[in-house]
Amino acid sequence: MDIKNLTIKQAHDLLITKKMSVLELAEAVLKEAEGSRDLNAYLEIFDDVRAQAEVAQKIIDGGKATLLTGIPLAMKDNILIKGKIASASSKMLEHYRATYDATVTKKLRDAGAIFIGRTNMDEFAMGGSTENSAFGVTKNPHDKTRVPGGSSGGSAAVMAAGAALGALGSDTGGSIRQPAAFCGVVGLKPTYGSVSRSGLMAMASSLDQIGPFSKTVEDAKIIFDVIKGHDPMDSTAYPDTLAQVENKKPKIIGVPVDFVRAKGVDSRVLESFEKSLEQLKSAGYEVRDISLPSLAHGLSVYYILMPAEVSSNLARLDGVRYGYHADGVNLLEDYERSRGEGFGREVRRRILLGTYVLSSGYYDAYYGRANAVREMLKQDLAKAFEGVDIIATPTTPTPAFKIGEKSSDPLQMYLADIFTVPVNIAGVPAISVPSGFALEDGVKLPLGIQFIAPHFGEEALFTVGQDFERVRGF
Amino acid sequence: MAIEIKDVEHLARLARIAVSDSEKEVFRHDLEEILAYVSEIKDVAAELGQPAVGELYNVLRADEDPHEGGAFSEDLLAAAPKREGNRVFVKKIL
Repeated sequence: MDIKNLTIKQAHDLLITKKMSVLELAEAVLKEAEGSRDLNAYLEIFDDVRAQAEVAQKIIDGGKATLLTGIPLAMKDNILIKGKIASASSKMLEHYRATYDATVTKKLRDAGAIFIGRTNMDEFAMGGSTENSAFGVTKNPHDKTRVPGGSSGGSAAVMAAGAALGALGSDTGGSIRQPAAFCGVVGLKPTYGSVSRSGLMAMASSLDQIGPFSKTVEDAKIIFDVIKGHDPMDSTAYPDTLAQVENKKPKIIGVPVDFVRAKGVDSRVLESFEKSLEQLKSAGYEVRDISLPSLAHGLSVYYILMPAEVSSNLARLDGVRYGYHADGVNLLEDYERSRGEGFGREVRRRILLGTYVLSSGYYDAYYGRANAVREMLKQDLAKAFEGVDIIATPTTPTPAFKIGEKSSDPLQMYLADIFTVPVNIAGVPAISVPSGFALEDGVKLPLGIQFIAPHFGEEALFTVGQDFERVRGF
Repeated sequence: MAIEIKDVEHLARLARIAVSDSEKEVFRHDLEEILAYVSEIKDVAAELGQPAVGELYNVLRADEDPHEGGAFSEDLLAAAPKREGNRVFVKKIL
């Protein structure tokens, strides 16, 4: 069995025709997980996988299998599974055990999925390389001297290593799509409000969204269809009636040319992107140049709103009710020491930045204006979607960079998010699909193409994604 | 936008984060650089004001089927660094 290339769909067929047992599948995946420990992609491989496999086997034997029954999945370390540690790769929550299931966890569990382990990430999902993990960097399976991307780098790496059949991540500014592109797998950032955030550790609540990693677009749809849906536990989750849109087959792809050809975009990325557009034309799509100048402000808006929300959300971590505690001479010093020692540098940097942009005297100039530009960006995007069905960009401006290359320069690291952040700012869905490779030092580094759709346009993303998989030629 | 060491100290105090002397300069430099970058939005001609109200607003969950009191107390208290009986323990502030 070629476990590395086995898709969820194929595994499901093997399981229900009894050509393979759930235990055999789980053990094959565990073997890959054990064999790729040097990647540091899993923070923990759960000890109850075999017990979970037995439960799933009973569901299959009882004829009640869903597409995900018995399928081994990996979970990012900021999504709660009751009774398991959920550390968000932070010293702050190193020993924290979840007291309840996230809604997505419950949905996957009800579908019979198996949780293999929890994956490494940038601390509290802040970063684009997993270098900010308190538990060491994850290595890119395609080149172990390079980062897997981030913040959901562990989830992307286990997919590329064949150590899970699917994985969940969270995407606040590109944290699913960017690592998916760097590791050569599919990553979906669903419409804001389409997947419940209950049980996801909040980073920037107006931008965060849970989504799947998979080997194929079809598999991404299988996972998305299980985890989506309204949840009363998340007040920003859209009622299912609002989430219904007319599903017409996408035909016209818009390319914001000025934005895509901006300074700092690797020539190999552009070359691969142009080739992908030609392939899409051969699949029957019309490709059109569009102008979306407000996209260029996406990164500025993001690095104001996100840290503002971070500074507010992470205030709950104070060393009093749970998490890391350091003793001071009084309560104020308890707070300061617990937070000073429990949080890593990037987290503290963003909290300080957020505190600044929200502080009296600067609020209007930064936070207020960023919100106004956010509205402008949303409206411009909505207008663009009147003329095109899909917007395409490269997922990232470069292929995976070297470990350590950008870790001392936060602004350079932030610029890697340029194509992905506008999507979160507007709340629309987007998918990254492997589109080719950049050759560097004799190593093939994966690249991704990003397709963006209007709100609740996931079906259009799956259609164009699958069409692209058929014509991309590898 | 010039950021000084005393600004970093003030922000750290507001955010309740202890910052070592050696890190203050790192944060000062980074904040200055990041703020210089994001300040470009000051020149964007966007209409300031309240963001448009979305389709979802005033969402409140019905407080139905409450669980029995104490059902989660032990799990939650077990996570507290210090407890005293059924309370989370903190240093006195008055």
